[in-house]
Order: sequence, then C-alpha cells, then structure tokens
Amino acid sequence: MRITCPICGERDRREFYYVGDAVALERPDADAPPEAWHGYIHLRDNPCGVTRDLWYHEQGCAAWLVVTRNTATHEVLGVALASDEKGEAR
Amino acid sequence: MVELAPKSPLAGLVPVTVGRMTLTEVDLGRLTSVAPYRGRDEGLSEALKAAHGIAAPEPGRVTGRVAARASGRDEACAIWFGQRMFLLAGADPDPALAQYAALSDQSDGWACARIQGRGATQVLARLTPIDLRPAAFRRGHTARTELQHMAASITRLGEDDYLILVFRALAGTLVQDVRQAMQGVAARGGG
Repeated sequence: MRITCPICGERDRREFYYVGDAVALERPDADAPPEAWHGYIHLRDNPCGVTRDLWYHEQGCAAWLVVTRNTATHEVLGVALASDEKGEAR
Repeated sequence: MVELAPKSPLAGLVPVTVGRMTLTEVDLGRLTSVAPYRGRDEGLSEALKAAHGIAAPEPGRVTGRVAARASGRDEACAIWFGQRMFLLAGADPDPALAQYAALSDQSDGWACARIQGRGATQVLARLTPIDLRPAAFRRGHTARTELQHMAASITRLGEDDYLILVFRALAGTLVQDVRQAMQGVAARGGG
C-alpha cells in the first residue's frame, strides 16, 4: 500500500501512522449536547466501502492527512492535508 | 579547572570503508531549524537571502551548496526538513529571521554522515523505502523518511553520494545498520 502525501509525494505505508476515523476533525463545541460528544468520542461506523481516515506522516514530513480509501478494494481514492480539510462540511 | 573536549556524534564510529564505499562524519556547522510563522514565508525567504544569500527551500529540495558545505566549505545551506520547516546549516542565524520564523538550535541534536562511492545507492535502497532512482531523486533533492527504523533526513549530493542525518542518540545504530548494508552490497559485488 502506498499513500501519496500532498507534500512528499508517493511513499510507502510504513512511513505513516494510522490514527482513526477522520471524525476527529469535527470536534463538537464545548457546550454541545452530551449526545454530540458521545457520538464524537465513542460511535464509529465500520463501512464496507469508502471511508475517510486520519493518517500521520510520522516518518516523513510530519503532516496530518485525510486519506479517502475503499475498505473493500483497498483503493486509495484521495489524500489531503488535514489542515486543508478541517471544518469542511461532510 | 576541568578541560572539556567536544566529542562529535560519530567520533570513534567512523570512518567505515567497505569495498569502494565509505561512511564518514560531516561537520555541517551550526544547525538551526527554521519554521516560518503562518503568512510570513515570503518575508522569511527575503530575509534569508539578504542575510545568508540563500532562499528558503521548497519541500524536498535544498538551497545553497550542500555538497560543498558537507565537504567542509564554510558556507550556508538550507535543507528542507519537514512540513513548514527547514534546517539552516553552516551559519549563525541572523537575528532578523526571528520575526518571520521560530528558530531552534539543533547543532548538538543530529548525527551527520555521508556515504560515498559506487554502491552507495544500493546500500540506501536496502535501508529506506524512498525511490532513489536518479529520475525521481536527483542531486539536490532531499527527503524525510525512514532508514531501517530511524527517522532520517536523506539528501542526494551526487550519483553515489548522500548526506544522512539521524538523531544523535541513534548514531551507533546508524553506523551499525549502514555498515551491515555496505557489507551486503559488497558481498554481492555491488560495491
């Protein structure tokens, strides 16, 4: 598996650290209802198909990335800097 | 009074010579990480040119003559060092840079090595996952990547000539791993 870092170019998977669902970029407001925080912290989908994950280019440029990939075909559909994606409406 | 003698990170560990390949220590002079503040990139590059005669490097690139610096010439160069960061080598950073970027002295933090000689590319190919083919990784290209399991900065200085930086604490591991790869390449007639 190879991931194309927007800064470094195509790199081997071993340079990256998998962090989890990109939902982490959508932190609720401090005064959001408990249900919103419960969903943010505990609830994750387990899709067979397209998913958005956070990855960290730990052994490279140290950028946080949002990788869109397909869990059924293992196809990597897109990579973007998390700093560019943050706040983007889903 | 106690007289303290400075000890370089690779002292006593190099040079290592295997076949035609050599691993040596490089003195890059003072090392400063330069991380531009948001929106100050252009000002930083201008200030850098005015003070040190080099521009800020683009991702994966160097500015100035890194090979000359690595050969002991007293001149400044800059090596891209990660997202929104580069390493200024061989110069005391001009105080004017501080208004554009966060500056951190890293001089004692890095072990700086150079591997040269026919077979050096094959040695690195055993240790790092990056594409080292000349079309993809040219002279003056640099990468933050992994070398065995170490976080490293690798810069191409020539066809079979590379600058390698790892954390100083990993100096012994660096020399051990590179020596083993050099011996492997030489044993297969590559060095």
